[in-house]
Amino acid sequence: MRPGPYRLSSGGSIDRTTPIWFTFDGRALVGHPGDTLAAALLANHIRVLGRSLKFHRPRGVFSCGMEEPNALLQLSEGARTVPSARATLTPLYDGLRAKSQSGWPNVRFDVLRIFDRVAPLFAAGFYNKTFMWPSWHWYEPMIRRLAGLGRAPVLPDPDRYEVRNAHCDVLVVGGGAAGLAAALAAARSNLDVWLVEQQSELGGWARWASGRIEGVSAQEWIRSTIRSLGTLDNVRIHTGTVAVGVYDHGVVALNETCEDGQGVRERFCVLRTKKIVLAAGAIEQPLIFDNNDRPGIMLAGAAHQYVKRFAVAPGRVLVIATNNDSAYPVARDLVASGIRVACITDARARVAHPLAEDLRREGVPVHEGSLPLNTEGFRVLSGVTLGHVSDDAQSIVSTWSVACDALLVSGGWNPNLALYTQAGGKLQFDLDRRILVPSLPLASVSLAGEAAGIDDMELAVKHARALGNEGPAFSSNASEFCGPRVRPGGDPRRQWVDLLHDVTVSDLDLAIAENYRSIEHVKRYTTIGMSADQGKTSAVAAIELVAARRAMSPADLGHTTFRPPVLPVTLGAIASGLHGKLFASWRETPLHAWHVAHGAVLETYGGWQRPACYLQTGESREDAIRREVVAVRHDAGLFDASSLGKIEIHGPDAREFLDRFYINRLDSLKPGQVRYAIMLRENGVVLDDGTVVALSPQQMLITTTSGNATRVAHWLEEWRQCEWPSMRVVIVPVTDRWATLSLSGPKARDILRRLEPNCDLTREVFPHLSMRQARLQGVEARIYRVSFTGELTYEINVPSSAALSIWQELLNHGGAYGIQPYGVEALQRLRLEKGYIHIGTDTDGTTVPEDIGWGHVTRAKLRDFIGKRSLALPESVRADRLQLVGLRSSGALLVAGSHIRISDTRRTTDGWVTSAGRLSSDGTPIGLALIRGGRSLLQQEVSIYDAGRQVGVATVVAPPFYDAPGDRLHA
Amino acid sequence: MLRIQCPYCGLRDESEFTFGGQAHIVRPPPECSDIEWAQYLYVRENSKGRQEERWCHTFGCARWFNVTRDTQTHIIQPVSGADEPSSVPDTRAGEYCA
Repeated sequence: MRPGPYRLSSGGSIDRTTPIWFTFDGRALVGHPGDTLAAALLANHIRVLGRSLKFHRPRGVFSCGMEEPNALLQLSEGARTVPSARATLTPLYDGLRAKSQSGWPNVRFDVLRIFDRVAPLFAAGFYNKTFMWPSWHWYEPMIRRLAGLGRAPVLPDPDRYEVRNAHCDVLVVGGGAAGLAAALAAARSNLDVWLVEQQSELGGWARWASGRIEGVSAQEWIRSTIRSLGTLDNVRIHTGTVAVGVYDHGVVALNETCEDGQGVRERFCVLRTKKIVLAAGAIEQPLIFDNNDRPGIMLAGAAHQYVKRFAVAPGRVLVIATNNDSAYPVARDLVASGIRVACITDARARVAHPLAEDLRREGVPVHEGSLPLNTEGFRVLSGVTLGHVSDDAQSIVSTWSVACDALLVSGGWNPNLALYTQAGGKLQFDLDRRILVPSLPLASVSLAGEAAGIDDMELAVKHARALGNEGPAFSSNASEFCGPRVRPGGDPRRQWVDLLHDVTVSDLDLAIAENYRSIEHVKRYTTIGMSADQGKTSAVAAIELVAARRAMSPADLGHTTFRPPVLPVTLGAIASGLHGKLFASWRETPLHAWHVAHGAVLETYGGWQRPACYLQTGESREDAIRREVVAVRHDAGLFDASSLGKIEIHGPDAREFLDRFYINRLDSLKPGQVRYAIMLRENGVVLDDGTVVALSPQQMLITTTSGNATRVAHWLEEWRQCEWPSMRVVIVPVTDRWATLSLSGPKARDILRRLEPNCDLTREVFPHLSMRQARLQGVEARIYRVSFTGELTYEINVPSSAALSIWQELLNHGGAYGIQPYGVEALQRLRLEKGYIHIGTDTDGTTVPEDIGWGHVTRAKLRDFIGKRSLALPESVRADRLQLVGLRSSGALLVAGSHIRISDTRRTTDGWVTSAGRLSSDGTPIGLALIRGGRSLLQQEVSIYDAGRQVGVATVVAPPFYDAPGDRLHA
Repeated sequence: MLRIQCPYCGLRDESEFTFGGQAHIVRPPPECSDIEWAQYLYVRENSKGRQEERWCHTFGCARWFNVTRDTQTHIIQPVSGADEPSSVPDTRAGEYCA
């Protein structure tokens, strides 16, 4: 076992005694417990980890945390593969297999690096401007193959995910020194506290940084604070957990990566908080100069962490370029670790940091008023050109070159305030520090630590302890001012602002030249900050660059929106096991088991699992449907209509109440009489249809279409509660209580008689559109004579518990008459022949009663009802409205959804086929259609269009297609 | 996701509720003009700031009630039953029925 060539011989918080084997692009490498994947790759001197999105430039590790724009790798294979995993956040584990996501044949010799030579082609808006002819869709598959990041798994996810709902008083985001102090203070005030930390261990920078807190070393302070928290039972600590978004009213989404070995991969938590303490640190910003994207260029704070925490040297010879004080402790620690720092450039004209003198004494030159201008290197960094700039940083005074294999940059620290803005906080650009800081206190979110602008650990802890219920205080220390972050001049096409999306300064120039002014518009045009890192290292520089080009102050430009998720969340975690039946549950009728046992092809209709048809041995689906249709037309069929919505309305005002909903008159409805009735929305559009009966003077019963039962009950309730609260009615949905068995066909009466109901079934006594409450085989039953097939039909409602026995009795007694159970598909054909409409299929969100031939009923009812007034609006009485008519074709089968044109003169559609099928007698294709002014077109031919092409013609007819006089219905 | 105080059940997640739009809209009589009826059907306030709304605790007690919500901050003010009088003057009726 050999440590990586860039592993320092001492230091770090890794376990050097234990090797961890992993692979990168198939090459076996070794790291140690405590390493991240990025640290282990750097230790092994793997510098090129990927190719950039547009130009296929080689890229290496740039950061040490969630802001990483380059080191996005594909982990594992098969069903568990993870795309775009940030190597900087991935703990190393034994057997980890990582691959670069771009580059062919491999990431080191990428053929597509040619794209870098033709870089001017790939300016902002390139796709939109270039791939226009013949259409974008023609190019899209090829471009998608070339572009993009990782590959999503295509196999079913074998892992389990959980969702959890919880409450707390205070959520502390970030388990560094400030977060720990805030959590302990809140917990000691007897508040219910949650502390979440994105890394697998608490402590943040204090785990490895030099420095003392409250008289002890930072590491000792962390250990004792964690111990104190452990003794309190009102604190919950979740490591490996990211707060991905803050929503209204203190709701926070957390995503936890589980390592508990209980088979749960991720746990998504919806946490309701009263207060949030945001101690999520700050993100170091880069500097902008020519070729600032080469592998070997890294954020200075990240390099600090690689050296101190992982004992990994970022290079052999380093140059540090900064515009602020934070790089000096980094330089001191690197020199102390034996790493050669060739020089430091500081963009500020004067450097006051005390360490600068110490470093000079140790032989590290510190150049004031200087910046990196350009870099050299083949694949990886080999040298940097530095330059002294004038005091206004607008011109270059002198230049010189330094050979180095790592360049550490620091452009200041931008507080990580995405969650603060999601909670409603506003940011403003701080001109001294060149970062975005809070502009107003927010009652629901307090800031702590570096997120509050406090980079001293001791001060941060003191501040966090005192947070209590105060608003956020943002530390403003004038000495922390930052120098310029952008070199003057140079080649803007080679100056990267957004590394992940390959957006350069020239792209911003182009956007401004094309008059994009708002930073939000520039963002969308150039895609800056829109990639997987959401602009964590690019948004701030973009504001400065755009403001400079518009000759305005960055403080007046505003900033882009930092939307959730803060870090990508897997779809598995969001779905959290809610797939299949748990995603969209369906309902089953009381006869479900019988259907399953008797060959039913089950499908979901209106949220219910219902038989489409019943397959017999050797039958195709079409055979089965035809057999069932024939049985109903010639003998008898039995249909499970239990999903039919049933609602009882009780009370002295029940009839009056319902009369206000239906277009039909209900005052004349006699006991035992059934009325087919239609209800409207207030805008006159048909909402639902069904039947109404009076069970007794104070008890009405209505039925609704299967898919509308809940909606109609809700609709009735809304009017009862909000408009007519004084009406004495109670609304009782009883759909589940009653099973509905629909016995239909010429032999229905004979079969029902065999079950000996205690009511007279003769036509004269029990005619069509009536209802009897009777006893059937000792069971109470509500028997309706209503029909959706056009044949003599008894809809037998029995308590759900008795459904199976009555169903079987009907089949047993019906056997001699040729009875067959039939499914929804047969019913659709039967009802189509009769021209019976299905609400939502043959009507849409514009259909008024007149359109479906019920205008005479609405006009006959003088009393007001919901929607009545709307029927008198000019729009409702136009002659060219879509009207429901029948279609008959001598050619091909009609297809529902096909469009109709009356003549060739109009360029638009004149309607469409809503239902289609064949006549059961001779197979003639028929259909129902909504056609512009359709009722004036009877016996005329219209053209049928499908998928943009004419597929045939059909004749407009008036339904029904079967038994127009209704003799069979009234039999 | 909002957190809404149901006057009958207490503080619950928005996912338990159905939004019912602007509160205190008066249904004009059938004799009203087409314009008046169309206003009743389609025209709603879209204010920046406090607005009165109806909500139904559909997946709870199924009761309708009124709240005042600030459309900017989402702060929800004390609530009343749907049949109780408005806590702020109802400007709609006078404005459109004149």
